[in-house]
Amino acid sequence: MNTLSLIRHGLAFMTAFSMASTAVGQTTLRIGLAEDPDELDPTKARTYVGRIVFSSLCDKLFDIDDKLNIVGQLATSHETAADGRSMTIRLRPGVKFHDGEPFTAEAAKFSIERHLTLQGSFRRAEIAQIDRVEVVDSLTVRLQLKTPFAPLLAQLTDRAGMMVSPKAAQALGDKFGTAPVCAGPYRFVERVAQDRIVVERFADYWDKGRVHIDRIIYRPIQDSTVRLANLKSGQLDLLERLLATDAPQVSKDPKLKLVTGTELGYQGITMNLANGEKANSPLAKDARVRRAFELSLDRDAINQVVFNGINKVNNQWVSQTNPYYQAKFPTPKRDVARARALLKEAGVSTPLALDFMVPNNPETRAVAEVMQSMAAEAGFDLKIRVTEFATSLNEAEKGNFQLYMLAWSGRTDPDGNIFSFASCKGPLNYGRYCNAEIDGLLDKARTITSVPERKALYEQVAQRWLTEGSVVYLYHRALLFGHTPRLEGFKVMPDGLIRVTDLKLGR
Amino acid sequence: MLNFLPRRLLQLIPTLFLVSVMIFLLQQLLPGDPALVMAGEEKDAEVIEQIRRQYRLDQPLPMQYLYWISGVLQGDLGESMRIKQPVASLIADKLPVTLQLATMAMAFALLIGIPAGILSAVKKGTVWDSAANVFALWGLSTPNFWLGILLIFLFSVQLGWLPASGWVSPFEDLGQSLATTVMPAFVLGNAIAAVLMRHMRSAMLQAMSADYVRTARAKGLRERAVVLRHALRNALTPVITLGALEFGTLLSGAVLTEQVFSIPGFGKLIVDAVFNRDYAVVQGVVLVTATVYVILNLLADVLYVLVNPRLRG
Repeated sequence: MNTLSLIRHGLAFMTAFSMASTAVGQTTLRIGLAEDPDELDPTKARTYVGRIVFSSLCDKLFDIDDKLNIVGQLATSHETAADGRSMTIRLRPGVKFHDGEPFTAEAAKFSIERHLTLQGSFRRAEIAQIDRVEVVDSLTVRLQLKTPFAPLLAQLTDRAGMMVSPKAAQALGDKFGTAPVCAGPYRFVERVAQDRIVVERFADYWDKGRVHIDRIIYRPIQDSTVRLANLKSGQLDLLERLLATDAPQVSKDPKLKLVTGTELGYQGITMNLANGEKANSPLAKDARVRRAFELSLDRDAINQVVFNGINKVNNQWVSQTNPYYQAKFPTPKRDVARARALLKEAGVSTPLALDFMVPNNPETRAVAEVMQSMAAEAGFDLKIRVTEFATSLNEAEKGNFQLYMLAWSGRTDPDGNIFSFASCKGPLNYGRYCNAEIDGLLDKARTITSVPERKALYEQVAQRWLTEGSVVYLYHRALLFGHTPRLEGFKVMPDGLIRVTDLKLGR
Repeated sequence: MLNFLPRRLLQLIPTLFLVSVMIFLLQQLLPGDPALVMAGEEKDAEVIEQIRRQYRLDQPLPMQYLYWISGVLQGDLGESMRIKQPVASLIADKLPVTLQLATMAMAFALLIGIPAGILSAVKKGTVWDSAANVFALWGLSTPNFWLGILLIFLFSVQLGWLPASGWVSPFEDLGQSLATTVMPAFVLGNAIAAVLMRHMRSAMLQAMSADYVRTARAKGLRERAVVLRHALRNALTPVITLGALEFGTLLSGAVLTEQVFSIPGFGKLIVDAVFNRDYAVVQGVVLVTATVYVILNLLADVLYVLVNPRLRG
């Protein structure tokens, strides 16, 4: 062996050694998810867990802060024209995609147009009011709208605002979700279906000073007890969707931390008013019967019995801390006598049997049983029918229910929590409530950006919807996270998605 | 001696054809519309239409079947609607996981079940027999998910000896791989061991009272030779059939055990696919496991012939 090859071997050895030592110093955050995400393409993704993964992969034009204010992320500022028919967005300079391509106005135009036109896009409906995207200069785009659309900005804080590398998107086409290339703090490494999604720190991230962890592994573990056991045994550092009944145990454990927030969504009961034959009941025909049903329920007791009181009880589609909450319509207290009187007034012979469809999970089943015994005292006979989730969607669509327990994950803009449920043609209006006046108000509220004016419109909606509508809102579920004390900087955001910037993992 | 093989192989063709039709039809009995599940929370009508067109859900059933089976015959099992990966590659990913788990579980089952069965038959009526029967009762009546969770709490949460979940390839890190699979393999093997033990015991008892065993004893063979060489060999036939069937079941995935230990195997794949109405994945996995099952059955028949000379015609 000559000197040269000795040196070469020595160098190789040293490189290997230094690589090994960086590997030891690497920090890896392991996050337990309640489900396996679907396709990782922001244009075609549908699931909540998918959004959790995207918050490390794909930055958006805008984001929300912990008070639900909209702030710039890849955009630095925005301006809506006086007539509301266009929005000009200034983009952040010096941003790079994971493949090194620069983020420019052209790239933003490409991403938005992809959301609008790609076959199988789930974003089209969210931003359908965009007519075309204009490039004003290299860092400014203007969105021309068909009609003014107040929820647009909020839509751009979620997947519709995620920017993808045009080069990678063109190269991968339909398969973009198998190797997404965005401009987020972490870049995609690998995915093994139902086992893990691995991402690693992106060296050229525009805000890299806030990224402290080298790698993140997302692991889907469906069973919540097993997920918690994995956190306790150290196979996970952070988990989402802890069961409310496990929360006290976690908060007492010195080796774990419990972090809670309140969701943007809600749990409610949809009543069938005009969807098929099952709508042929006093519940559908007389709003007094629907009020009697609401008055028979004690929301606080449900919350105490099933959730240790950790959820936020409410009777509206946005929570008490939301700017659009209507304080004029507080949650009614349980009043069995009044409920009975209303039923009598409506000429209903009790007990009134109702088909109550409940998607199968331990918590919803428990809620249904508590409701059953409460409503019985007022003269309702709830026939609980526990149904597997996918089947329940079909049954709801066909109108094969009289009461349907439905959860909504919630949206940043109030429109996202009401429009699809209360408008005549709304795709989630399973009870088929239809009122031209409400439709007009909901449409109008979409065109106005001033908060007080919009709120006044929603007040008129609430006036009718809460007295004769097809949904009884019960509570906003608590967002429950558990993590090891080694993890620092974790905050629950209103949308429940895990922001990975500012997180630190100690020894 | 194995001249029945070509005929049996030919019989596989109609069997698998019928299986493919059954899979397809049974799946249609599932309530729920894949397009509705796929459409996410918003359920936009346009999107639902588009999904129906893209996955040919709007076409008549026989046509859907023809599209699928013609793909299968060309080696294309289709694509997962949910994560847009080819079904064949999903199966290829999960196969080593399930294979390893099944083999280890079977090893546990055989190592526990066969000796326990022999012991309790030979020592019938003694403490050994009762102990083996108690074990069998326990093994049969303990639900897998419960035993799994208890093991996790003991060995992962309390003692911290074994990882609570996941799977590591043995080619990547053998020690870690064994550490992640030993608990689930024991849970699965334990239940099968109980079944094997019961069958081994009754087959052995029958064999031990047979004439040839009395003859063997009469000619002065040692008890050990009588049990192992004469009785056991004859008693093994039913146990082999059973073992092969149990192994086939293991290969079709262990749903609950895989869920509890978060092992990405066949069971988890198919359950998730059923809940998401991801038809192509359900069809692909069931077809592959059915094929494996049928082939294992054939192998069991071959094994019989090797063990039992009387069947060599």
